[in-house]
Amino acid sequence: MGVLTNRAKTLEQKPMTFWESLYLPAIFKGMAITFGHMFRKKPTINYPEQKRPFSPVFRGLHVLNRDEEGRENCTACGLCAVACPAEAITMEAAERQKGEEHLYREEKYAAKYEINMLRCIFCGLCEEACPKDAIYLSETFAPSNFTRKGFIYSKENLLIPHPVNEKEKYEVAKGLREEQLKNK
Amino acid sequence: MAEEIKKLKVTIDNITLEVPQGTTILQAARMIGGDVVPPAMCYYSKLQGSGGKCRTCLVEVSKGSEADPRPMPKLVASCRTGVMDGMEVKNITSPKVIDARNGVVEFLLLNHPLDCPICDQAGECHLQDLGYEHGKEATRYEFKRRTFDKHDLGPYIQLHMTRCILCYRCVFTADQVSNKRVHGVLSRGDHAEIATYIEKSLDNDFIGNVIDVCPVGALTDKTFRFKNRVWFTKPVNAHRDCKCCSGKVTLWQRGEEVLRVTARKNQWGEVEKWICNECRFEKKKVSDWVIEGPTHVNRHSVISQGHYEKMKKPTETFSKVHDGRKPKLLMDIHSVSEVNDPSIDLSAINGPATSKVFEHSKKQS
Repeated sequence: MGVLTNRAKTLEQKPMTFWESLYLPAIFKGMAITFGHMFRKKPTINYPEQKRPFSPVFRGLHVLNRDEEGRENCTACGLCAVACPAEAITMEAAERQKGEEHLYREEKYAAKYEINMLRCIFCGLCEEACPKDAIYLSETFAPSNFTRKGFIYSKENLLIPHPVNEKEKYEVAKGLREEQLKNK
Repeated sequence: MAEEIKKLKVTIDNITLEVPQGTTILQAARMIGGDVVPPAMCYYSKLQGSGGKCRTCLVEVSKGSEADPRPMPKLVASCRTGVMDGMEVKNITSPKVIDARNGVVEFLLLNHPLDCPICDQAGECHLQDLGYEHGKEATRYEFKRRTFDKHDLGPYIQLHMTRCILCYRCVFTADQVSNKRVHGVLSRGDHAEIATYIEKSLDNDFIGNVIDVCPVGALTDKTFRFKNRVWFTKPVNAHRDCKCCSGKVTLWQRGEEVLRVTARKNQWGEVEKWICNECRFEKKKVSDWVIEGPTHVNRHSVISQGHYEKMKKPTETFSKVHDGRKPKLLMDIHSVSEVNDPSIDLSAINGPATSKVFEHSKKQS
């Protein structure tokens, strides 16, 4: 077989000299490198105690938004589902009845809303497609689970805490991003 | 000697064709087809007297006729202007027409609520298509829009007057398809509205056709209300023996459920044959129909996103490759998902689903 490229080098295999056959100098050289790393800055962090800041464009678990009065924004228009390249989103709509005006913002709402996190690729197209500011990708990872059921997120899992009825939870869920931005 | 039908020569956007006398410019353009056809929101070839209201079909006549070659001073509505011999018409080749049409589209959208996320017509709405075709997906109008309460026209038809563009198609339909009309346009100008005269319910056999005729979501099917988005349902051609109509319809299915029945529409979005109320509102079972096959959907329509037309349903191959053994563990999607619950038959509900419908299923599971 001919040579394909002229970059090939012939390997020289000379017998080891006395100094090399001792091995110890090479071992000490290697250990010196190892110990040298002890005094360098650590690239890792202690994860659960310390957390790295998320990138501003990070796309994590979805949340379904409410307005200031706590009414659900989603009207089940199906644009997120049709935009979803992984077909992870399904929903069923219902009509708002009299007396439910404080629950849903529009005449129609999503009675069922499910995102299959096993299918989801966190591309954020649902967020872009949404005409009602109803779906957002948050700064949370999808937690691991043993069963498939745990990955099908229903509306109850996705909705943000009620800003009036569950004020404390809502403040926690809001996260620190807003204050961080203010301080800057 | 039989009198020869006089053929008139007309040129539309530099395409020349011969049409019989009495043809309008719009009809002549439709004979050519493609991009030169002006859009029409109010004109409906099957309804006598329709047209001339929406002004979206405006065209420029650059040469009146062979006998009088002067151009027409203003843009004309092509649906109401007859062809003359030697006429030259500019549609998409005229910047004046494009500009005027953009203006007309904006005027039509002035009082339109833009509630497409809620509206059942979204996806097959002519006004939505028209708006997007003319780059008008946002509005510049900042004032209060004309509003009306939603209204029931009989037990099956929902009227959202806020979405209406006053094309009068439904009025003509009620006038011509049924023998007695009880709804029309009341008041004038900005206050004009489609209404049943003194809350009379419409109980004609063919009144359901006003839903198909409506170019926007003003008249919608109550039995389909909020059941699903149009583009997630599968359009299927079907027919049945009907005493009063042709029985040729399009079924809009989700799985095996028939969520909606409409008449078949041609390439201009016009109904091919009127269908009766019984076919439209009461036959919501697959067993009522003889299914012919998937309806052809223009590939530019969002409805084609499901690719139903050329889809081959995959078959279960497991037992084939495993010597006839059945799989031991199979996950039923309904054990983990609450959507599309088999215990809820949406097509059996005679109106929009409500919280009660879904509460019932929660108790069961």
